[in-house]
Amino acid sequence: MNHFSTFWFVVIGAIKVLAVFTVLMVVVAYMTFAERRVSAFIQDRLGPNRVGPQGLLQPIADGIKNILKEETMPATASKFYFLLGPALAITPALVTFAVIPFAAPLPTPWGTVDMIVADVPIGVLYILALSSLGVYGLVLGGWASNNKYAFLGGLRASAQMVSYEVALGLSLVAVLLLSGNVTLTEVVAKQQALEFWFVFPLSLAFIFFMVSAFAETNRLPFDMPEAESELVTGYHTEYSAMKFSMFFIAEYAHVVTASALMATLFFGGWDVPFWTGDDMFYHQGALIRGFDAAGAPIPATPTVLVTLLTLASFCAKTAFFLLLFIWVRWTLPRFRYDQVMHLGWKVLLPAALIYIMLVAGTMLVLDQLGVPFGFRYGLALTGVSGLATLAFLFVADRDRIIGGAHKKRAGRRLPAETSAS
Amino acid sequence: MTWILFILFSVVATGGAVGVVTGRNPVASLLFMVATLASVAGIYVLLEAHFLAAVQVIVYAGAIMVLFLFVIMLLNLGHDYQADVKYGLWFLLAFVVAGLTAGALTMGFSDAEATGFGDVAAGEAIDAAVLEKGAVGAIADPLFTDYVVAFELTGLLLLVAVVAAVALAKPRNRRGTDAG
Repeated sequence: MNHFSTFWFVVIGAIKVLAVFTVLMVVVAYMTFAERRVSAFIQDRLGPNRVGPQGLLQPIADGIKNILKEETMPATASKFYFLLGPALAITPALVTFAVIPFAAPLPTPWGTVDMIVADVPIGVLYILALSSLGVYGLVLGGWASNNKYAFLGGLRASAQMVSYEVALGLSLVAVLLLSGNVTLTEVVAKQQALEFWFVFPLSLAFIFFMVSAFAETNRLPFDMPEAESELVTGYHTEYSAMKFSMFFIAEYAHVVTASALMATLFFGGWDVPFWTGDDMFYHQGALIRGFDAAGAPIPATPTVLVTLLTLASFCAKTAFFLLLFIWVRWTLPRFRYDQVMHLGWKVLLPAALIYIMLVAGTMLVLDQLGVPFGFRYGLALTGVSGLATLAFLFVADRDRIIGGAHKKRAGRRLPAETSAS
Repeated sequence: MTWILFILFSVVATGGAVGVVTGRNPVASLLFMVATLASVAGIYVLLEAHFLAAVQVIVYAGAIMVLFLFVIMLLNLGHDYQADVKYGLWFLLAFVVAGLTAGALTMGFSDAEATGFGDVAAGEAIDAAVLEKGAVGAIADPLFTDYVVAFELTGLLLLVAVVAAVALAKPRNRRGTDAG
């Protein structure tokens, strides 16, 4: 919502861009630190704890080291594309964050400022568009290195990202169905109106989204593109110093954005749980907090305190998912490449399609029954989705936990065996 | 502001399009193409056609061009280049076609200039629809109600093309290579 003149719009926009960019870079820097400390904790080591108190200045030391290190340029590399690779990888990862609302609108003496860099009308589609461009950096970097391992890594990266984009998009369809709009501010508002975070009524969509997000960010267990045991380090084998570091900044920025997205799409965004004081959304240009019994809008009064509380809530949720990303990386082993493709195309894609039909059907029935969009609506969807999730986990589990290990399915062969024969 | 952005996007789009046909390296051509597509998407945004811009990037720049990149890299076309437009009849024909297109565009624009650009009432109707249903709903609603038959038929056509492509490609893949 633009209540400002062009001048103030540009000034406020620039401030928001600078603030979000700075915070994002700092979070990325400390993600690398957190990754090393948490992995050390998981493996019963200490991790880097020498630079500054508890090693807190380690990211700065790493940054200085990476800038001062020698930049190597492989003799047979295509120079221009080799340089273009890291730049193309880092840009989409950084600009995606622009459409994520990170707090309730902030009141200022000059008017209410939305806590989002750019509330574009196509919200989620913008994210999909940019994430589809992220492939170029990796595949170009791998190709331009003129090294077979790097090339294979780049090809794997693009194949994997293209495959999981499908599942990612389809898992989003369920969210869009329920929110009825594609902007992320609306998604947050609808979660407040439903009195349910979407993770409950759309539990299976969340699982699909999370798996796809891990694959899209090329994180373990989906780090095929840089599988050290097979490909040296994949697409960035030939890169050194800051260019190497840029691939990593891109990866971590992707992780931060994916975490923020999971928090926004499925965990209420900046919504503070069990509290309706922070409910506010735009209705026909006016900021309101809901409708009274007669259906008239109740105007909302944004306060600085609410903005800070919601910001804290958003940060806490995002931080949880950041930790989850690290936790998963140091806990699960890597998939085989054919397993990655199998999961993407033969499991997630059909399951997501069926799930969309299920959610759409349930919503149709609820609308026909005249159930108002609120707690009961969410409860019904939660029940249906819970059953669907159980069914999916039961099938996907390959009889190991739910069915018991003794019940091995006969005649099941791994794709690698069938192709070898 | 809008004007500066428009000039920027137009220059990149046109320059990229020239780069696509003059580039010696297929990968360079492809990247020029991506730049062109992205700039055209930018122009769509300036025209407030946000949905079209997003779809342009997702489908063309993100999916189809990545597929092209795959083909170029895997078939190792990255080093050889042969001019496919040779001087002679084809060259002449290219000029004729380009001239005809330019003429048709000029005529179209001069017509539009005479009657004024754009239908104001239609534009206002679109604005109202966008305000009511959102940027995506304004397109999705007519697409899946009034034009659903045409839409489904287009989908069917694409399906036919996919099946045909698979059928054509299949015998080559039988030589023990892993399709996965």
